Amino acid sequence: MSEIVNLSRRRVLKGTLAGGVVLGLHVGGVGVGNAFAAGGASSANSGQAAFAPNVYVSVAPSGEIVLVAHRSEMGTGIRTSLAMILADELDADWKTVKVLQAQGDAKYGDQNTDGSRSIRQFFQPLREAGGTARQMLVAAAAAQWRVAPSTCHTEPGHVVHATSKRRLSYGALAAAAARQPVPPRDTLHLKDEGAWRYIGKSLPVVDLDDIVHGRAIYGIDVVLPGMKYASIERASVYGATLRSVDSSEAMKVPGVLKIITIPGAPVPSGFRPLGGVAVVATNTWSAMQGRTKLKLDWDTGPNGTYDSTAYRKMLEDTARQPAKVVRHNGDAGAALQGAAQRISADYYVPHFAHAAMEPLAATASYANGSVDVWTATQNPQQARTTVAQVLGLKEPAVTINVTLLGGGFGRKSKPDYVAEAAFLSREVGAPVKLTWTREDDVRNDYFHAVCAQHMEGGLDAQGKTVAWLHRTVFPSIGSTFTPNVTYGSAGELGQGVTDMPYAVDNVQCENGSAIAHTRIGWYRSVYNIPHGFAAGSFVDELAAAAHQDPVQHLLALLGEPRHVDLHALGVDYPNYGASIDEYPIDTARYAAVVRAAAARSGWSNPLPKGHGRGIAVHRSFLSYVAAVAQVQVADDGSVRVTRVDLAVDCGRIVNPDRVVAQFEGAVVMALGNALYSELTFRNGASEQSNFTDYRVARIDSVPETHIYVVPSNAPPGGVGEPGVPPTTAAICNAIFNATGKRIRALPVDPGLLKRV
Amino acid sequence: MELIVNGVRHNVDADANMPLLWAVRDLLGLHGTKFGCGVGACGACTVHLDGVAVRSCVTSLSDVQGKQVTTIEGLGKGGEHPVQRAWKAANVPQCGYCQPGQMMQAASLLKQTPKPSDEQIVEAMSGNVCRCGTYQRIKVAIKAAAETA
Repeated sequence: MSEIVNLSRRRVLKGTLAGGVVLGLHVGGVGVGNAFAAGGASSANSGQAAFAPNVYVSVAPSGEIVLVAHRSEMGTGIRTSLAMILADELDADWKTVKVLQAQGDAKYGDQNTDGSRSIRQFFQPLREAGGTARQMLVAAAAAQWRVAPSTCHTEPGHVVHATSKRRLSYGALAAAAARQPVPPRDTLHLKDEGAWRYIGKSLPVVDLDDIVHGRAIYGIDVVLPGMKYASIERASVYGATLRSVDSSEAMKVPGVLKIITIPGAPVPSGFRPLGGVAVVATNTWSAMQGRTKLKLDWDTGPNGTYDSTAYRKMLEDTARQPAKVVRHNGDAGAALQGAAQRISADYYVPHFAHAAMEPLAATASYANGSVDVWTATQNPQQARTTVAQVLGLKEPAVTINVTLLGGGFGRKSKPDYVAEAAFLSREVGAPVKLTWTREDDVRNDYFHAVCAQHMEGGLDAQGKTVAWLHRTVFPSIGSTFTPNVTYGSAGELGQGVTDMPYAVDNVQCENGSAIAHTRIGWYRSVYNIPHGFAAGSFVDELAAAAHQDPVQHLLALLGEPRHVDLHALGVDYPNYGASIDEYPIDTARYAAVVRAAAARSGWSNPLPKGHGRGIAVHRSFLSYVAAVAQVQVADDGSVRVTRVDLAVDCGRIVNPDRVVAQFEGAVVMALGNALYSELTFRNGASEQSNFTDYRVARIDSVPETHIYVVPSNAPPGGVGEPGVPPTTAAICNAIFNATGKRIRALPVDPGLLKRV
Repeated sequence: MELIVNGVRHNVDADANMPLLWAVRDLLGLHGTKFGCGVGACGACTVHLDGVAVRSCVTSLSDVQGKQVTTIEGLGKGGEHPVQRAWKAANVPQCGYCQPGQMMQAASLLKQTPKPSDEQIVEAMSGNVCRCGTYQRIKVAIKAAAETA
């Protein structure tokens, strides 16, 4: 339910929306918090006050239509898509639409741009906002012409009275429309789908021209008068404390102005800074040079022994033991015992780093008890809260201005870097720009969790799967925010474990405990990455055990079209914060994308020797994606992914080209996760620090990519993340098809595939 | 130190070892050239030195004395370079952060090899990282720019 209020006479947006109609739109019932994290990770502001407008729409007397975008732009095209929805129902001329970026403020409702949910949450509210404004403009014109509103219609940017051939522009009507009452919801007439002008059409993003000319402003690009530049040396071990600082040599570096120690938050540090020693200088390079001269002595503390090899063994040992049961139907133990054939497999996925192309950066100006910050953040309200906490201020004294983000992938919803910049500005007494180096960005990430999984399956004499055991062990994101969290949250386990959709009579899902030794955070697709890899691979292992074609086997395993009722099975399943009635787990939609991907990929076409094809399907963030990958494995074991076909059902879409682009990008990221990326710890610290040793997908590894978006009028699902999980499994299944060898640990080790 | 950037001569008060990247960004205020890695491993900072692509994060001011530096702001020389037009036509950018470096690298490739093969494109562009995953469209855009240039 939405509530729309006429704000034309309120000074809600100082200076930006003067005159004309301004509508505040309160979106109720969609504050989902953060579906991934336990404890303090949830968005603090999801419980909204009685009036909390979160989308602003205005029609200026000049005819300009302004949408205040409260979601962050990190490359999905969200600023454009939100505006398209609004413009459509408003019947605006697209050329007159301007997008302003909102500051971080609870009045907008939830602003945390993660979880692939902006269109899901705001599609209908924005339609209503646009439709409301349109009806007020029509009412104003009808009053002026002394005709019934029902005899008027709109054309882009105009109200028209056809019988008398009169027309007025929205700009000319703006002042009068602002005096109109807001039409009650039950009188709102939204367009029929067939009348949409923009929704469902591919439009270039509003920032395109700025981007290609180098004019787009990211967090790292903000300049303030009198600004100083900072670089911070932090501990490489989580929870390390500073014993001593010798900054005498650093101060001798030309351009270095000041050395400032930043206190670190105790473990678990949540969103607060890790602590460190900042070098403040007249330019970025001098600050970085000064840093290299610091002599710091750290007490590494209890995480100083964190070692990836030992940790992997510990997780794998845990995964082989019975653990906490998180889903149980039938009797998996007995069915495994009685099965005609029994298989098992252990899977491992390492830490990943986000490594967004724009390293973390923030610029802050503190004066007279308040601070203004400009930064690339996915979560400006959390940034405001964290800055206020660290500086001991009330939130109204903190202003967070949101720039474009040079990538986010989840890292930029954790505002430790924003609080660092604000702290430094206060200590320096001048505006400060803080820039993380790439090494900082990799070493002090909130890492994607390591995960070990053990799976067992039982097949009957006909090759039908009768038992499924899935046990997962990983450090929870909740450990970053709350002490002593060692089990996954329902949301984390609902990302590819408890939401298993297959028609198997005996299912048991379990979660073993794991203690975190570094900051764990959400990374594009989150726990769907390891779970989608293991489940998607194990289904293919079952197909091989049953001697069945993987596509036919997958369709049979999905069973009859039905909604999987997890609540009836006693599973605590958050469904990404969405209603399970509105967004059921629908096996028909799984099967449809499987069939589409198989058909589009030429599944049955023969391949040359050394080549293989694999398929996997996964539902995440309320969207269904099937992936078919084709690979070529050379004699030396090196893998080349030659082609990927994705079939996607993400419900209703707004800007088709940007949807396709997100899935193209997901293929690249999934390929990098599968073949190249791995972050390891030794003596408590990350062993990788830059693109030289933290390997990511480059243009030379990119396959021919085909994205097929299934036409759908289901409610919108996620787009940014769901392409990643099935693609990794499909690549590994294709490797099996090519070589007969199973990949059960990422990244793929070519040594295992070498032909001697 | 003297710098010639996009045809304009500047005198900057900086150490000869300062990387060109930081002089361009912090001292000249041209922010289209991006910092990505600082070690020449990602290509986000790519500019042209006498028309040839270099990584400005590992190019010191002493290396550019008397040479013409071109940044993304000067690529089209007041208009739009064919690469920029092709990038828009193919809707290449997602977040856009790496794209100035990608376009500078592509423009340098096309200057040296006006009709590059697929292999030549991949070889020339493999030093430029894009985490959003726009590589498929970068290939399309370079092909298109080669047709129209």
